[in-house]
This record gives sequence, structure tokens and C-alpha cells, in this order.
Amino acid sequence: MSKFLIKVGQGSCGIAAGAGKVYDVLNEKVSGNPEVTLSITGCIGMCYLEPIVDVYEGDARRTYCKADEKFALALAEAVASGNLDADALKAYEIAEEDKDYLRKQTRIALRHCGNINPESIEEYMAADGYQALTKVLKTMTPDDVIEVIKTSGLAGRGGAGFPTWFKWNAAKSSPGEQKYLICNADEGDPGAFMDRAVIESDPHNLIEGMLIGAYAIGASEAVVYVRAEYPLAIVRLTKAIEQAEKAGFLGENILGTGFSCKMRIKAGAGAFVCGEETALIESLEGQRGMPRLKPPFPAQKGYWQKPSNINNVETFANVAWILLHGGEAFAAMGTEDSKGTKVFALTGKIRKGGLVEIPMGKTLRDVIFDIGGGIKNDAEFKAVQMGGPSGGCIPADLLDTVIDYKKLGATGAIMGSGGMVVMDESTCMVDMARFFLDFTTKESCGKCVHCRLGTKRLHEILTRIVEGEGREGDIENLEELCTTVKDGALCGLGQTAPNPVLTTIRYFRHEYEAHIRDKKCPAGNCKTLIHFTIDADKCKGCTLCARQCPVDAIAGKVKEAHVIDADKCIKCGKCFESCKFGAIVKD
Amino acid sequence: MEKEFCCTCGSKSDLTLLEPVLAKYASVPGSLITILQHAQDIYGYLPTDVLWHVAEKTGIKPAKVLGVATFYTQFRFKPVGKYLILLCQGTACHVNGAKLVEAALEEELGIKDGDTTDDGLFSLKTVACLGCCSLSPVMMINDETYGSLTPSKAKEIIRELRGKQA
Repeated sequence: MSKFLIKVGQGSCGIAAGAGKVYDVLNEKVSGNPEVTLSITGCIGMCYLEPIVDVYEGDARRTYCKADEKFALALAEAVASGNLDADALKAYEIAEEDKDYLRKQTRIALRHCGNINPESIEEYMAADGYQALTKVLKTMTPDDVIEVIKTSGLAGRGGAGFPTWFKWNAAKSSPGEQKYLICNADEGDPGAFMDRAVIESDPHNLIEGMLIGAYAIGASEAVVYVRAEYPLAIVRLTKAIEQAEKAGFLGENILGTGFSCKMRIKAGAGAFVCGEETALIESLEGQRGMPRLKPPFPAQKGYWQKPSNINNVETFANVAWILLHGGEAFAAMGTEDSKGTKVFALTGKIRKGGLVEIPMGKTLRDVIFDIGGGIKNDAEFKAVQMGGPSGGCIPADLLDTVIDYKKLGATGAIMGSGGMVVMDESTCMVDMARFFLDFTTKESCGKCVHCRLGTKRLHEILTRIVEGEGREGDIENLEELCTTVKDGALCGLGQTAPNPVLTTIRYFRHEYEAHIRDKKCPAGNCKTLIHFTIDADKCKGCTLCARQCPVDAIAGKVKEAHVIDADKCIKCGKCFESCKFGAIVKD
Repeated sequence: MEKEFCCTCGSKSDLTLLEPVLAKYASVPGSLITILQHAQDIYGYLPTDVLWHVAEKTGIKPAKVLGVATFYTQFRFKPVGKYLILLCQGTACHVNGAKLVEAALEEELGIKDGDTTDDGLFSLKTVACLGCCSLSPVMMINDETYGSLTPSKAKEIIRELRGKQA
């Protein structure tokens, strides 16, 4: 055993922040040194501190953040001399405050993420991996498994929150020889990346959860439908499947128990609607991803018309833990009707963006302020968007809302898959609604009229409002149309598409009214409704703004106050950003 | 759009390149998307004659092949540049100024979303969400992710790549 073990966090976020270069430098410098082992790990969830490097000396673990090449060189030197107390490393050491980020969480789905090497089945097994599967296959019946899941209260983490045991039981009870287990890893919700992190950081946990599910429903084939936009997740999962096959956890006669199950990956091709389970099945069959009418439900007639069960990545990521620790242990966390933990992807105008797993029952304030550290640049919190295009915006006075399926639903938003996009005063809520409707309009598959045309008309009205062409009655029109789309759409995409509009009207009606009546955007965001002028008293005539202006709309002599020609101005804001004297006024 | 697909004369893709893929998948039900993904990897896009060829070899009607290909945003019907820029339009990127980055890229490249520069070097495409939200705004160029973009940083990255060509 070598004296030092160095682990470089290599999730997509870490790599994008430069972890690859840090690893390469370390690799060059420490290879050949028997006292140092260099390894990788997945995403620990503190994305705001990436790239992160952990150094283990025996059991002592030191974490270094925002690592760069300079750090890598210093670390290589420190381990070569055997002394980690070098000054050059001190600046990179994680702050006490940031350690709290993890301490305040309860990690079940993410329990191995950022700790083990996702490309090593040995490390997964050393961290209790595949023990739950062994226990299940050797000592439990499928009904026993379903009973444990029922006790745990685990509900679908993809957004709908449907009890997992119920789906498993339905698929198990459905007559038929051939059954399929499918994992929905088509995480299309913009602003959410929990599933990507789980697959990239702990792929064996997903495989184990799926195998337990397959055993429970009696499936001999399992498919993971992964977004094509997640190349690293596909690479790591492919590797993990190969390792599991070799180790005898996948394939024929698993662990000598007579249970057989094979697993494969299907890469999606980019369609948000494929997150809907029947659309996903269509896509798996090589068709356009358009939802089917339900019933029959997938548990009765799913993939190739056979009984199928579909769960989300995070749902499966909890399964092995539950089987190992018992349903009661999971159910002991959370609230009356929402059990266990939930992972959130905390992004937007937040100080500490990343992945947060907390027990249900905490409040939004706990997550955003206590763990997330509040708003970037000390700005005012305005709203948090939850559930992506199917969810809604929750305002500041509801920050103490408890995280639980029912309580969040009551606000008009939804738990969703776990995207939490935080917004400050500079975000225009009407534009936010327009943004989501732009998304759903493009992603609507076009099968049913309510969604295909309804979202388009909603988008048209919203665009009109943000462009200053809003009319009296638009808000009421939006509300009426929203209700129609909600009631009439065929699948979840259409039924929930109006949520962003309805919640922003409910909590930020005054912003809509300001756009329509006063032709003003209170957030100073909507281009056609803002104006730039120069405060002659503050302007020093430095000419910087005039030089920055791409359309020569600013005139004035050196050391004299400048003037903006409103007719020429394209409102790009470059003058506003460049002025050192605060002389440019935006209103 | 219709005109683009109506006739195969003039296009002459090397269809033999697709043979190994078709040998593996042509008779496996439900493999159309997989075949198209491989084809796009091989040709860089989906040329019309390739689509017709896939239809012929799989026995799937040409209209259906085209229907599936046009349904998914991953598939392209025009060649792309050496560098394919995928600019994220996710929620986190949106609130952190992805629009300004888009404008800067369009200005620097002189093209709009979906187009390719005349020198065949860059293609620009906006995409839903790349899942690197904590680094927003983000873009991905040929599988490499660039985060925490500003308009000037985005321009610099393009200039650097352009400089590499010289």
C-alpha cells in the first residue's frame, strides 16, 4: 500500500472546470513513485469548488478545491517530500464552511458519489456494493422485495412521485413470460443533473438497483435509456456493465441462483418528451417518441407490448440501500407522505451550486440558504424554479415550504426530478415563463392538439408581453388557455406545460401588469422595455462607452457629458457594463 | 425542408462505410435510431442517399425513416464544421446570461444558430441542457465542455481554435 492516495474528481462538471489537466500533470509527476497512488472519483456534488482533489494519508483525508496546474505541481512536490503541510497547498484547502455543505446532507442515493472510483467494481464492492443483490437473490422472494420497498415508502424520483412498490407489483402480477425493466435516464429537464452525476459517479449502484427491480418483477432483460448529451455517463455505464458481467452479477444464472438478467444501454437522440414513459418506449422501439394512450399501462403492455416497468435513475439508486438497511430505516426519514431523501441540483444565482441530498421535510430555505449559502453577490432572493418546464416558480414568502410532494404541489410547483434554479431580482418572471414555453413548444411531439397548438399560442402571448405589445385581457387569456391545455393534453408534458405560466401569474401578477400597462420590465431584463440614458452630472466624458457602443449610438466630446441616441441604440448594455462612474442609467 | 429530401441524384456518399452497421442492426427490430446514430458518426450528418439506403436495407419505409430522423434534435441533414459548438440554453444558463453569449458567438462567427461558417470550421447549435448547470453558461465544442462563459471569454475560445488552424 502506498502512503498517499490521490483522488481527482472527474465528473463532467469537474472535467469542464479543468480536472483533466490537473490529473494529467499529477500523472506525469507522480507516476513511478511507489508511495503515491493516483486515482479518480466521481462528483462529490460541490460543483462550485471544482476541480476537487482528495488526498488520503492512511485514514486522514484532505480536500483541496479549485485545483489548477499550479496546485498539481505543488501537490506532486509535497507528496514527493512526504510533507503535506506545504504552504503552497494551504490556499487550496477546503474551508470549514464548505465542509458543512456535505455535513448538512443525508446521502443515500449519492452515498458513494465522489468517494469511490466509478470505474472500479472492486471499490464499489468494498463499499458494501452488490451485498444487497446477494441478499435478495439468496434469501428473499420477489414478494419479499416488493414488501420492503412498500415499507420504505419509496416513490418515483423522476417527478410524478408514484409509489415504486405499486408499479413493481403491477408489472410482477401482469401475465407474461417476457418482461422488461427499463431505467429512464433521459434527464431532459433543463437545470437538472442528478441522474448524470449518479451514473457518472456510481454506475454500479444503478445496476444493482435495477437488478433487484428486475428480480422483483421477473424481468430477464433490462435497458437503460440514456440521453445522448451525456457521453461520459454512457462510457462509465458501459464499462460498469462489462465489469458486472465478468464478476457474475449480470447475465445467466447470477450468483448461481438461477436468476438471469442481461442489461444494455440505449442512447437517446434528443427529445424531452421521451422522459414520458410511453414515449420512451416508442423511442426504444425505434419510433418517433410520441406518447401512447393509457391504459394500457406499461405494466400491462409496454416495451414490445410486454409487461414493463420504468423507473428513474435516482429511484433505482436508493434501492440497494433500502434492501440492505431495511424499509423502516428509509421510512424513518421524511414526512407523513414523502419518505426518504431527495437529491436536488441547486443552480442559478446561488452561491454554492451543486448536488444536495436531504431528507424530505426540510424547507426550501434550508436548502437554498443554509446549505446553498444564499444568493450570489448578496443579491435579493426572488424565486426558485422547481420541476423545470413542468414545474413552477416559488416566491420568497413561501421559502419555509416543507419539501414533500403534497406541500410543494400546493404551491403550484412540483417536486419534479430535482432541478432547483434560484433567481434574483434581475430575473424577469414573465420572460421566465416565456423561456419555458419556448422550450415546451419546441419539444411538444405534436400528437395532441391541446399541447401542439396550446403551447404555441401561450408562447405567442408571452412573447408579445415581453416585447411590450401586451394587451389588456392577456393575463386572463393566458389563464383560460392554461386550464384548457392542462385538461386536454394527452401526456404529462402538455398537462404540466402551463405550470410555469400559472405560477408566475399567481405570485408575480404585478410584473405581468407592469409589462402590459406601464410597458416596463421591473427586473430590467426585457430589451424592448428598457432604456439607456446618460446622467450628465455623473458623466466624466471619458469616451469609453462611445468606443464600446457597437452601433455608434453615443456621441459627445472628450471631458463633456455624452448622449445616447435612442433611435440608434440596440440596448445591448455594453455602455452600462463599461461605465466606471455609474453614469449610464437603465430604466 | 421537403426539397432537401426529394431526390438523391447528385449526392454520392460512400455507402460501403455503413455496411458493418447494417450487418449488425438491419434485422434487429427497434434499431432504426441506433443505425441513424452510427450513420451520423460516420458521415458527420445524415445525407439523403444514406437515409434512402437505410430504408432499403431495413425494409422500413423511407417516409418513416425520415419521420424518425427529423423527430430527434440529435440528427442533422447538413454537413457540420470541424468544430461543432453546442451552446446550452438550459434554465441555469438562461438566468446566467446565455443569450449574451449566443449574441457574442453569432457576432464572432458571423453565423446564426444552426449554420456553419463559410470556411467549414465552425457550426453553431443551441441545445436544451448539457447538465453542467453549476458552470453556467456552458458550451460544448466537440465533446469538450467550456464553463462560466462570458461574451468575451466565448469569443476568445473561438479565436484560439481558429488560431490553431494557421
